[in-house]
Amino acid sequence: MTELIDLVPASTIQAVLHEAMGRGAEFAEVFCEDRVNRSASLDDGRVEELSTGAERGAGIRVVVGGTTGFAHTADLSEASLINAARTAASVAGGGAAKTVALGSPQHHRAHQSRGIDAVATAEKLALLKRVDEVARSEGGAITQVQAGYLEGRRRILVANSDGIFSTDDQVRTRFNVVCVASGDTGLQTGFESAAHTRGFEMFEDIDVDEMARLAARRAITKLSARPAPSGELPVVLANAGGVLFHEACGHGLEADHIVKDSSVYAGKVGELVASPLVTLVDDGSMTGEWGYSSIDDEGHPAGRNVLIENGILTDYMWDMLRARKEGRPSSGNGRRQSYQHLPMVRMTNTFVMEGAEDPDDIVAQTSHGVYVAKLGGGQVNTATGDFVFGTTEAYLIENGKITAPLRDVNMVGNGPEVLRSIDAVGSDFSMVPGTCGKQGQGVAVGCGQPTLRLAGITFGGTAA
Amino acid sequence: MRSTYLASSRYHLWWYRRMSDLTQIAARIINEAKDGESVEAYVSRGVDTDVAAYGGEVESLTQASSSGVGVRILLPSDEGFQVGFSWAGSLDDDAVRLALRQARENATFSSVDPYAGLAEPDGFPITKLALASPSFSAMTIDDKIALTLELERATIAADPRIKSVDHASYGDFRSETAIATTSGIATSDERTGAYLSVSALAGDDTETQSGYGLSVGRDPYDLDTAVAVGDAVERSTRLLGGTKPLSGRVTMVLDPRVSASVLGQVAAALSGDAVARGRSFFVDRIGEVVASPLVTLIDDPTDMRFFGASAVDAEGLACRRNVLINQGRLERFVYDSQAARRAGTQSTGSAVRGGFAGRSGAGCQALLLAPGELDLDALLAAVGEGIYVQSISGVHSGVSSVSGDFSVGAEGLIIRDGVLAEPFREATVASTLQRMLQNVSAVGSDLTWLPGLAAGLSVAISDVQLSGR
Repeated sequence: MTELIDLVPASTIQAVLHEAMGRGAEFAEVFCEDRVNRSASLDDGRVEELSTGAERGAGIRVVVGGTTGFAHTADLSEASLINAARTAASVAGGGAAKTVALGSPQHHRAHQSRGIDAVATAEKLALLKRVDEVARSEGGAITQVQAGYLEGRRRILVANSDGIFSTDDQVRTRFNVVCVASGDTGLQTGFESAAHTRGFEMFEDIDVDEMARLAARRAITKLSARPAPSGELPVVLANAGGVLFHEACGHGLEADHIVKDSSVYAGKVGELVASPLVTLVDDGSMTGEWGYSSIDDEGHPAGRNVLIENGILTDYMWDMLRARKEGRPSSGNGRRQSYQHLPMVRMTNTFVMEGAEDPDDIVAQTSHGVYVAKLGGGQVNTATGDFVFGTTEAYLIENGKITAPLRDVNMVGNGPEVLRSIDAVGSDFSMVPGTCGKQGQGVAVGCGQPTLRLAGITFGGTAA
Repeated sequence: MRSTYLASSRYHLWWYRRMSDLTQIAARIINEAKDGESVEAYVSRGVDTDVAAYGGEVESLTQASSSGVGVRILLPSDEGFQVGFSWAGSLDDDAVRLALRQARENATFSSVDPYAGLAEPDGFPITKLALASPSFSAMTIDDKIALTLELERATIAADPRIKSVDHASYGDFRSETAIATTSGIATSDERTGAYLSVSALAGDDTETQSGYGLSVGRDPYDLDTAVAVGDAVERSTRLLGGTKPLSGRVTMVLDPRVSASVLGQVAAALSGDAVARGRSFFVDRIGEVVASPLVTLIDDPTDMRFFGASAVDAEGLACRRNVLINQGRLERFVYDSQAARRAGTQSTGSAVRGGFAGRSGAGCQALLLAPGELDLDALLAAVGEGIYVQSISGVHSGVSSVSGDFSVGAEGLIIRDGVLAEPFREATVASTLQRMLQNVSAVGSDLTWLPGLAAGLSVAISDVQLSGR
């Protein structure tokens, strides 16, 4: 495959930046992207419609004062890029052109795979067929199995007027299974997914049979589930629940919300915002995780940033624009869905560090409550801190023991209150992948946590 | 909206003369079909402008165009077809050729599907809809910027309790789509749209509440700043002082935006594809009473009042009016051609797809819950005691169109003595979609046109579980 730097040579980038800075801009950036996606799905016992997609293009951004001009094009010729630069620069009122000095590009690679062409399609499809068979063998109640395989390679090139000139090569692979079980109580679903910034070698470490069994059992178990409780009660979240922190405080710690004072965490650095048991980290450099990359989409190295340490808020997440205003460095959290989107502050892999307690002891020490084995998604209003997150596998805890399965529900809480209510943190850390949507842009993120307990949160079921 | 199979040769001549280059690109692609192959080309192009304002300044100005193609190829065999798909974010010859080659290669790997196939022209007449406004391009960038700055300013000025505006933006688009198939479909479609959206933050040092307002139209002159501002201000300020409510069984009144969102979830269960694959709580319920007699639900993309109105579906067949639930009785699901074959019926002109890169499927496009007699005040008076739900959250994590389980975050106002009283927040409401449809106790007359799948109106639903403290 042709490398981006061959399609858009350094001399072109230099010329485009020069054009973008030509009307007195303070900052200009060229972001080029070449993306290939392949997917296949199995449904109703058949491999349906394999899909391949490709797109490439460039987004050009010009900053002057508080204003950003942005234009993008799918045409990577110099003439088209110059034209886009001129459009983006129209926000600048006019002024002296600034010379931009670019060195040699820094090349990065966010994966060790042989690339997505190295493995035969038939081998990938065999995984899907296998899943169908294994899931259905879990019981006659399984009436439908859907499995999806997705792989993508995304190569980016970022150059800006501050002298950043970097490329990254990102390969991501995702596999998911959804089962439907049918019984006297109606239909229920079970879901399981695995996703990494890796190539097909991901399956050396992932057992798709086990994924199929888990998804099938979740669906079957829920057929006999009782309505979930309604009201405040203690909840033990298993280590597949990182989305709690993504919603309860992750979004609220993104600097774009902070500088607009639309986050409950604004102005709270140095204050105790969570239980002292909580240390929260965002780390874009966790090799192989779903939210991993070498550089962010603004060319800054992805890195490890401690956000909350022993309950005390230490810092927010920053992109270039917000950091520039505050006169501080970016934390490597400037991300975008594609070249057609402006970057903004986004999480990468966000997790709570493991604690000391045995997860079994946490359950045993809970006399009555709910055990959430697996979470679904969530949603937050950063301005109020109110958030919801949903269960996809949950059980009652009675007298310190996990008992009856419960139907899926959302829980609702207020970020700072829920973070303070954490009263036990286990030693069994794990990460789960997800897609985070913000202002219409979706990016790959990881969420992690050990088993932990919330002293009380509102459970949104129907049982009194 | 035009179709080649519609009319006389004279019409054809006229049509070919105005045939856009997109239509020609689509026609060229299907001409590449080899012996026995069926090919579908979906080609689209668009231009966008977005303006965001913050702190009295332009925060960002985006001007862009994009285009792309999706190619589906079906290879025949004795028992059906193998289907392959490919897309490209470009209309360059090279990109289109690559998409064709990859779609063909992909098809060779897929299972033979007896239900696969392209849509066939069904003779259903295509309604003529004016979805592209002639005034779309008349407004200058400077005027769009002024409109956005005014939106932010007016929101802050509207009420002393408004602290700031989280975002204020203007956006518009013009898009064209052409579809051609070797089965004889050739359609094209052009639409324009514009919107204003604003999110207000109300409160003081101790409390913040947010509220969102918007105005949509087919061109910038359709937009009404006062509507967007009024909504954002009312919705943020009336939540101030909200507390966690007491748990209990209640009657809830859904605000029009919320009812539209809930109808969107019901719609997923009305997809003929979901039903045929056993992934809907409506499986085997045709002809049964599934809702209160107050519920008549119609999907009609040819109703121009819908922002998302459409004359042709994503397979190029004529959109049409489908009555899905009639006075509580389930009458029909929506089908694209593949789901129809699976179910042994005909397409209802209900193919939907998320652009050129998306896969086509069966879905509702413009859902209208038939309005009732009561305006909001009368509806609240009829309910007497309950909750008014202004917004819900966690729909994707707490609502299932397969099981029907329903549990979402909710905020709004308490209804006491038949009028809106104090605000509540940090609560959930829960039931099942099946039960909620049966428990519709009143439908408002306040039909509200919103972007998205469904129109909104106030709806009262009895016996849901409110969870708070």
